[in-house]
Amino acid sequence: MSAHTHDTHHHDDHGHDGGHDHGTYKSYFTGFVLSVILTAIPFALVMAGGLESRVITMLLVVGFAAVQIVVHMVYFLHMNTRSDEGWTFMSLIFTIIILVVVLAGSIWVMYHMNTNMMPTMDHEALGIGS
Amino acid sequence: MSTVHTTSPGDFWETDPHHHEEGASTGIGFWVYLMSDCLMFAVLFAVYGVLSGSYAAGPGPKDLFDLELVALNTAFLLISSITFGFAMLAMFKGNQKSTLLWLAVTLLFGLCFLSVEIYEFRHLIHVGAGPQRSAFLSAFFALVGTHGLHVTFGSIWLVVLMVQISQRGLIPANQRRMMCLSMFWHFLDVVWIGVFTFVYLMGMI
Amino acid sequence: MAIASNETTFLFGRLNFGAIPQEPIVWATFVAVAIGGVALLAVLTKFKLWGYLWNEWFTSVDHKKIGIMYLVLALIMLLRGFADAIMMRIQQVWAFGGSEGYLNSHHYDQIFTAHGVIMIFFVAMPFVTGLMNYIVPLQIGARDVSFPFLNNFSFWMTVGGAVLVMASLFIGEFAQTGWLAFPPLSGIGYSPWVGVDYYIWGLQVAGVGTTLSGINLLVTILKMRCPGMTLMRMPVFTWTALCTNVLIVATFPVLTMTLILLTLDRYLGTNFFTNDLGGNPMMYVNLIWIWGHPEVYILILPLFGVFSEVVSTYSGKRLFGYTSMVYATVCITILSYLVWLHHFFTMGAGASVNSFFGITTMIISIPTGAKMFNWLFTMYRGKIRYELPMMWAIAFMFTFVLGGMTGVLLAVPPADFVLHNSLFLVAHFHNVIIGGVLFGCFAAVNFWWPKAFGFKLNVFWGKVSLWCWVIGFWVAFTPLYVLGLMGVTRRMRVFDDPDLRIWFIIAAIGAAIIAAGIAAMLIQFYVSIRDREALADVSGDPWDGRTLEWATSSPPPHYNFAFTPVSHGLDTWWDMKRFGQTRPQANYVPIHMPRNTGAGVVLAALSTICGFALIWYIWWLAVLSFIGIIVVTIVHTFNYNRDYYIPAEEVRNTEDERDRELATLGA
Repeated sequence: MSAHTHDTHHHDDHGHDGGHDHGTYKSYFTGFVLSVILTAIPFALVMAGGLESRVITMLLVVGFAAVQIVVHMVYFLHMNTRSDEGWTFMSLIFTIIILVVVLAGSIWVMYHMNTNMMPTMDHEALGIGS
Repeated sequence: MSTVHTTSPGDFWETDPHHHEEGASTGIGFWVYLMSDCLMFAVLFAVYGVLSGSYAAGPGPKDLFDLELVALNTAFLLISSITFGFAMLAMFKGNQKSTLLWLAVTLLFGLCFLSVEIYEFRHLIHVGAGPQRSAFLSAFFALVGTHGLHVTFGSIWLVVLMVQISQRGLIPANQRRMMCLSMFWHFLDVVWIGVFTFVYLMGMI
Repeated sequence: MAIASNETTFLFGRLNFGAIPQEPIVWATFVAVAIGGVALLAVLTKFKLWGYLWNEWFTSVDHKKIGIMYLVLALIMLLRGFADAIMMRIQQVWAFGGSEGYLNSHHYDQIFTAHGVIMIFFVAMPFVTGLMNYIVPLQIGARDVSFPFLNNFSFWMTVGGAVLVMASLFIGEFAQTGWLAFPPLSGIGYSPWVGVDYYIWGLQVAGVGTTLSGINLLVTILKMRCPGMTLMRMPVFTWTALCTNVLIVATFPVLTMTLILLTLDRYLGTNFFTNDLGGNPMMYVNLIWIWGHPEVYILILPLFGVFSEVVSTYSGKRLFGYTSMVYATVCITILSYLVWLHHFFTMGAGASVNSFFGITTMIISIPTGAKMFNWLFTMYRGKIRYELPMMWAIAFMFTFVLGGMTGVLLAVPPADFVLHNSLFLVAHFHNVIIGGVLFGCFAAVNFWWPKAFGFKLNVFWGKVSLWCWVIGFWVAFTPLYVLGLMGVTRRMRVFDDPDLRIWFIIAAIGAAIIAAGIAAMLIQFYVSIRDREALADVSGDPWDGRTLEWATSSPPPHYNFAFTPVSHGLDTWWDMKRFGQTRPQANYVPIHMPRNTGAGVVLAALSTICGFALIWYIWWLAVLSFIGIIVVTIVHTFNYNRDYYIPAEEVRNTEDERDRELATLGA
């Protein structure tokens, strides 16, 4: 943070503006330790053969991934709602919405097509339920 | 004349222009690029989601994936993320030597990641599980390979930036570039979380 | 139709003399183009214009010049795309009663594909991008875009894509797949030669440019607005440009990736969209429409902005319902991602999926309808001046509303099962694209031409063009609605039923009237340039405008504004005039501007060569040019000296000149 002395306030020598965090050794370490834990658990879980219920194992693994992504966003990408008047955050939210639409939409649409048009075939293909 | 206007409430012109700082848009611009890149990966994930069960009577994830290798690779990438973080912290302190050192360490881990991935791909192709074998494998190679290509370009960029920093020092332009590259590098990490979760772990459950 | 073989040699890949099309029509075109091209080069050389073009235009990073270059590209490609249209119309009149017409299937299929690709990617897109490039920085009181070099590079990538598509006319062939190249037809099995490869690489090269220019303009609007210009004080055109660029940034990656996967199928034998080994061709259709539907809003939204500016300017009123206009635009932006399946209701995704997308499609017509009412209420009790842009706006309202209504018809899934891939659909999307996008572009050109060049356009020829376009459009496309309802499918080359012929004859007459409209427009440009002294406008504000682009001179100086304007409300320039603002006339300061660079041209040229090499399997050239791209990029990043200052002295001279001009008006 030492770089943010008052004289750099006007020119902002670091080429990034209001609201951007730099992070500290502490925050990077926190992020790192958290992400190691959040990676290790699902790996251990799956390598040990998973829980009895496949669905619960899957949900757990996805849950850990979601939390880890948030950790990376906060501690490594320094995501917050202030930088660039909130536009960074706004664009992230918008991207996530589109991402969900593309992913869920495609899988939903293609699943229905396969069910309707190729009813005799195996639908493991879609990897959801069934 | 102009002085009247600078003080009057109906002032419509900025006669004492505050200098538009250089590169003020770079951060958000690069972030928006990353968001668009993210949607490229969204397509690859969607394709993988739809085709991941289409083995065409060929091998499936359980026949092919080696989780220990993936864990090793994940470790490489995670470590490279924190070493890049250290490079950034060194940069903010104005310590050029330490910045370059941490960048070199980051590069090393990036290259380790790539070597393991190339080894994995070669192995798969060798056992007859190349991208042509089935739609599942096509989708697998496209998704993981695109991530790998990004890491490759990130590594090239790292080298170029190291040269530029050693030539010109930690000038504002180079600091902006560090900022962008760090975003790029951490972004690849986030994508990798998606990859190891949805491709490797889910495939092995 | 015999097709040249795929045998490759090391030096030339699969390029050999068999690649020259064996068609008299193509030869004649080639001769004409060659003569024209040589003549153009000779003129440029004779008048020693090369240096001027290179220094002042090709390498320019000035958003205004880049904008104009985009528009020139769009106009040239419009002529090519329209030539394709005329050829199709003639073929469909000719090929009745056992006649094969004058185009064989190989040629005809290329023409309808090229027509669609060119009109969307190389006419509508450059038109829209060019307009946004020119106008947006002026409207927000900025001196340039956020990333001026990237802007130049984006433009040349678009040109590179266009060059590849044009090259396919004389070297090899273009795709015969329809404008979205659905597999398995576009797979290597059914399209073994270079047609689809031209399609892929043409779009990829241009697509890089489009995506980057989207990022650029988006960030420009977010970061470069003048002081006081909050989001809700932005002109409506800037708002629609913002939403358009959000759409570009968030959809073109989908197109890029989908085409990459198709490329992998064709080049490496992967199985994404194949019929065997687990591939799924419908996944391609799904993905390409996830891009494709937002794309149509990318095209139309900026023109909604244009109409808003035009209608409020010529009605002498503030736009009715500015806020609702903004919200309608944002709604359309989001909703455009939720309707893509209506392009393939017949795929068989079943009742639940089809109902969902049918309903969302009907919902998206609501904000569009709201806009239409806003324009009408803006005109209501306004003091309307029927200048050319206003006439185009009214032509748009009549035409577009009908196109929108046939769209709602198509949004009903059961109706769509009847009308899918019929000429009804063809009539519908031409109705909205010509009536919306093209009419909007023409309104914009007539509206902002005086800003860009300092003189107005000739009104008489403008009116001729307008009436020819409007009448021609309806004569050409009403028959297609009729034919579509009778069940005639699109992309047909020959017909058996002689009863249908009369409709095709009428449609061809309509196309001829449109051709007259295009000719009248070219004459309008020519006459206006010839009479530019008489049509000159020195005020910089010929239409009594409302937004900031009218606050500076016409054409604006390189730096747009000597002093940054400050906004205190909507319609900033209107406010300025109302409160009797005075431009500051002293204390000029040096202005910081980006330097011109040739790197964009070089990079785009290398990308085009790389694309060409990949199309023809000339691997060594592909590798070499790809390495070239990387090296030039890296070398470019070593150039830290990218800007300069316009001295205060020069600014003063320019501004004093402007003051003298304004004084002659007694303003």
